[in-house]
Amino acid sequence: MESKKTLPGTPITGAEWENEVYSFRKHSVQLRYAWDAGSAVSGFLEGLKEGRILGRRCNRCMRVLVPPRAFCERCFRSTDEWVEVKDTGKINTYSVSYVNNDASRRDKPLIVAVIEIDGASPGMGFLHVLGEVEPSKVHVDMKVKAVWKPRDERVGAITDIKYFKPLEV
Amino acid sequence: MRRVAVVGAGMTLFRHRMLETGKEMAFEASRMALDQAGLDIKDVDSVVLGSAPDAFDGVHMKGEYLLDGAGGTRKPYTRVFVGGGTGVFVPIAAWWQVASGVADIVLVVGEEKMSPLLPHPQYAFWSIFDPILERPLGVTLLWIFSLEMRRYMHVYNVSEEDIALVAVKNKRNALDHPAAQLAANITVDDVLKSEPICWPVKRLDVSPTSDGAAAVVLASEDVARRITDDPVWITGVGWNVDSTYWTNRDLCYPEYLEKAANMAYRMAHISDPKKEIDFAEVYDPFDYKELHHMEGLQLARRGEAPKLTREGVTQRDGDLPINPSGGLLGVGNPIAAAGMMKIAEVFWQLRGEAGKRQVKKPVRRGLAQAWGDLMQVGTVVIMER
Ligand SMILES: [Zn+2]
Repeated sequence: MESKKTLPGTPITGAEWENEVYSFRKHSVQLRYAWDAGSAVSGFLEGLKEGRILGRRCNRCMRVLVPPRAFCERCFRSTDEWVEVKDTGKINTYSVSYVNNDASRRDKPLIVAVIEIDGASPGMGFLHVLGEVEPSKVHVDMKVKAVWKPRDERVGAITDIKYFKPLEV
Repeated sequence: MRRVAVVGAGMTLFRHRMLETGKEMAFEASRMALDQAGLDIKDVDSVVLGSAPDAFDGVHMKGEYLLDGAGGTRKPYTRVFVGGGTGVFVPIAAWWQVASGVADIVLVVGEEKMSPLLPHPQYAFWSIFDPILERPLGVTLLWIFSLEMRRYMHVYNVSEEDIALVAVKNKRNALDHPAAQLAANITVDDVLKSEPICWPVKRLDVSPTSDGAAAVVLASEDVARRITDDPVWITGVGWNVDSTYWTNRDLCYPEYLEKAANMAYRMAHISDPKKEIDFAEVYDPFDYKELHHMEGLQLARRGEAPKLTREGVTQRDGDLPINPSGGLLGVGNPIAAAGMMKIAEVFWQLRGEAGKRQVKKPVRRGLAQAWGDLMQVGTVVIMER
């Protein structure tokens, strides 16, 4: 490999790109989708509309699965029943995002977290955002509670929970 | 099972944007690998290609689109994909064919052209998340890695300084790699003071997005003995994938990687990897990932990798060199090509052909590993001289 002085490839610098030194063609596509929520998550979304968080229990491994699923992927059998869990939990891990999903900078940092939900099996939780707290005050294992949108604004979406906030002790 | 040898390797430069199309890059890397093996395309029985999400290129049959450049026309041809784990999975899928006797010579190609997607390749990763429960929150790929990094730091009491040492080492190692995109002499302080992207992840904790390709040629034992005096043998392969429910497992430790590694160790008759692996190319798209993966591979005990790094054990002249190539942090991260770069590096190191990057101690056995999807896949290849 070292005998080859330079490897193949023609890098394009940022300036060359800006000045359109090389040929390229630009095109935009817009793809629109409608995703079916499925038999388990539809029930979860209906629950959110009512201000409740629902999981599914597998009666073989006895796990309470949150987010709920129609089947237990470990036992590979259909789950058995709905279980209402709490709208409180603890922070499993968190981070502070300064970017949007196209890599542009956010105006204000956003605290994101995995929240282990009380009443679900240990370690079971979902992704959400935190509010009413400064980044420096957040810690792993902090107890938090869902802050819901007003009932008439809830549409059956994960964003029916506005954010989680620290639970006052 | 038949023995399988690596007999040649090649790669292009890794850069943020290249003039060459994906096909052209795949061709350049493939041609170089065939030349090193002293083979021509007519000698190749079968071709396996790896490339990551189609969304980068905007061509939703990327395997077929790249076919000509990978030398796959009018041959048994397969494209494989397991996210970021793809680069080390491609040679595994090629190994099946030679080990089973289906093919004697297989060309193995990893290609990635991330630059076409505007405004930034990062945007494509939005589409890997759950459309109902995660995308409405505005999730980005950086979130999940920063969440994993924070969990790892919390459980094993690891500092940002300890993690930054990995970026410093790998970017410095890359100064000796002719393909490198982000080789640099930096300090821990530079990493800590670099702009926060998604804390605890900062700009210098992350590998870049890249265009590039890398390739190797695999051969059966009788072919390998005929065409080279210096074959490198693939003695163990392992792969494992966990659930996409990434918020339901403890991110502090990659169990799926432990399973993949144990599969490969069993095959290679390795019982004490820390003693029996001479050096490793582990997947390092972020600096903490090198530590996380050393532990999943059981090259360090849980939480011990930062200490080994601090003590210099993982330097090129250390007892267990990790990422002597410069890794993804230094050489660049054209996803599937980055994993293949690691395969090529282990090959060159074992043959003593790594030039200024050659690790100090004599090496007989090396390991390459990749990782990806929703933090759920581990792919492992062990190679021996
Ligand atoms: Zn079960």
